[in-house]
Amino acid sequence: MPMITIEKVSKWYNPQFQVLKNCTTAVEKGEVVVVCGPSGSGKSTLIKTVNALEPVQAGTIMVDGLNVTTMKKDLPKLRSRVGMVFQHFELFPHLKIVENLCLGQTIVLGRSEDAAKAKAMKMLERVGLTAHAQKYPGQLSGGQQQRVAIARALVMDPICMLFDEPTSALDPEMINEVLDVMVELAKEGMTMMVVTHEMGFAKKVANRVIFMDAGEIVEDAQKEDFFGHPRSDRAQQFLSKILSH
Amino acid sequence: MRVARVRRVRGRQRVKHWLPLTRLERPSVVRSTLSPQAGRGKKQWPGHCMGFWLGTARGGECVNYNWNWGIFWDQTPDATGTYFGSLMSGLQVTILLALCAWFIAFVMGSLIGIMRTLPARWAVFVGNAYIEMFRNIPLLVQLFIWFFVVPELLPGDLGIWIKQLRNGPFIAAMLGLGFYMSSRVAAQITAGINALPKGQRMAGTAIGLTTWQTYRYILLPLAYRIIFPPLTSEFLNTIKNTAPALTIGVLELTARARSMQEFSFQVFEAFSAAAAIYLVLSAVVTIGMRILEKRLAIPGFNEGK
Ligand SMILES: Nc1ncnc2c1ncn2[C@@H]1O[C@H](COP(=O)(O)OP(=O)(O)O)[C@@H](O)[C@H]1O
Ligand SMILES: [Mg+2]
Repeated sequence: MPMITIEKVSKWYNPQFQVLKNCTTAVEKGEVVVVCGPSGSGKSTLIKTVNALEPVQAGTIMVDGLNVTTMKKDLPKLRSRVGMVFQHFELFPHLKIVENLCLGQTIVLGRSEDAAKAKAMKMLERVGLTAHAQKYPGQLSGGQQQRVAIARALVMDPICMLFDEPTSALDPEMINEVLDVMVELAKEGMTMMVVTHEMGFAKKVANRVIFMDAGEIVEDAQKEDFFGHPRSDRAQQFLSKILSH
Repeated sequence: MRVARVRRVRGRQRVKHWLPLTRLERPSVVRSTLSPQAGRGKKQWPGHCMGFWLGTARGGECVNYNWNWGIFWDQTPDATGTYFGSLMSGLQVTILLALCAWFIAFVMGSLIGIMRTLPARWAVFVGNAYIEMFRNIPLLVQLFIWFFVVPELLPGDLGIWIKQLRNGPFIAAMLGLGFYMSSRVAAQITAGINALPKGQRMAGTAIGLTTWQTYRYILLPLAYRIIFPPLTSEFLNTIKNTAPALTIGVLELTARARSMQEFSFQVFEAFSAAAAIYLVLSAVVTIGMRILEKRLAIPGFNEGK
């Protein structure tokens, strides 16, 4: 059974505008899937439907065997087990770094302060930010903030991770420190769905690549096939644009 | 000089007891009786007084107004203390009324302000209707409704009981002012929450917080910090808006200044004092809020300018 199943999902923002058109795909346990496509094609929307941050009007989404589309009361519990990393980090600016990492643990998972703090410090060490535990998010660089955001997701012991363009708001010199953490995670066998234009990352760790355009999943192929010989014209065009320099 | 003045004041007070005057006639008739410069027997309205006062300020020739800053230490006619004491007890009522009204304004304003940011359409509608209602009916009318109308609408015994309450006026003023100000607080809270990046709510939801927890731990702590300056100014408005409560019989600062003016005829001293006390009160609140704001500031978010 796949970790994430997306089946015939459609979504409208209003009756005239369909943002997702009959999307179907699946992510196996331990698989890393990269989602790419032009801006406005619905990548963010698709990835946010997986933990029901965006509701859908048609289709079914299953996570770890649970139907997310019909779930109501248990949604918070499920979301706590699906890590999510945003383009603009979205750390909580009024909480210190360590508090950012503890909030979900104590409130959602019911861990004790001490246990949460120990876990937070362990995760900060892992992303190389132990020295910044007592600072506020506004005092860190973008790359550091995004690593904290990843750590904030990891302290919840997620069964899979969703990334929505985690490096596209970063200055170029900070992109790699974030990608390194993600590569590390992938190597450890984390199930990941990553919206990104970093084709280097995709070539290195992705198992599959999904190409979206205008709300449709145009291609869903093994990494080698996608980069070697993309079937659709749209994917070819997109790749030639993005890989031209 | 000072003695003479005081004596004259005493004289006036005695005059007041001789003459069975109506409220409106009292100051003018008395003044014309006592002061030779004023047109004899001719009625003078407060406007004339103002003219004299301005004349005094400009030319330095005192026409017929007797300044008496010592009046504050005179006994009030009801012999419960000095005029100063009376103003201070008015100040106490003003502060207490402002605090009670602010409590209602803050709690109700927060609830309604939050409601207007919920995804549910009905909540937004109810919140909007609440704000329009309490914001657009004049405060004075709302005070009258709470004081005169609401007790009538309550079932018999309860209505009578409320009308006989000794601090009925205070309670009516507290409710009237509290709900009036709550509409303004609500608008600020909504604006503060809507000013936050959309991603903050999503990030809270994504780590598994419920809607309520997202508000409690993320959105509200940020929103209150953002709207701290406008909230301070709404609190200052609450203090200022306690003054109309005198119309339903609350003996707050302005009411005390007015009764001092009526009994002592030292109109300028009475209202200068009231004005000065309001200014000092506002200054204290403003300074206190500045300090609090600095304390609550978050490094890298809203510290300093
Ligand atoms: N809340 C919304 N209301 C209406 N349209 C939206 C909303 N959010 C996104 N869209 C539109 O949906 C489309 C897909 O958006 P998105 O999923 O963010 O694309 P991507 O992440 O691929 O750039 C875009 O055209 C965008 O303008
Ligand atoms: Mg996007």
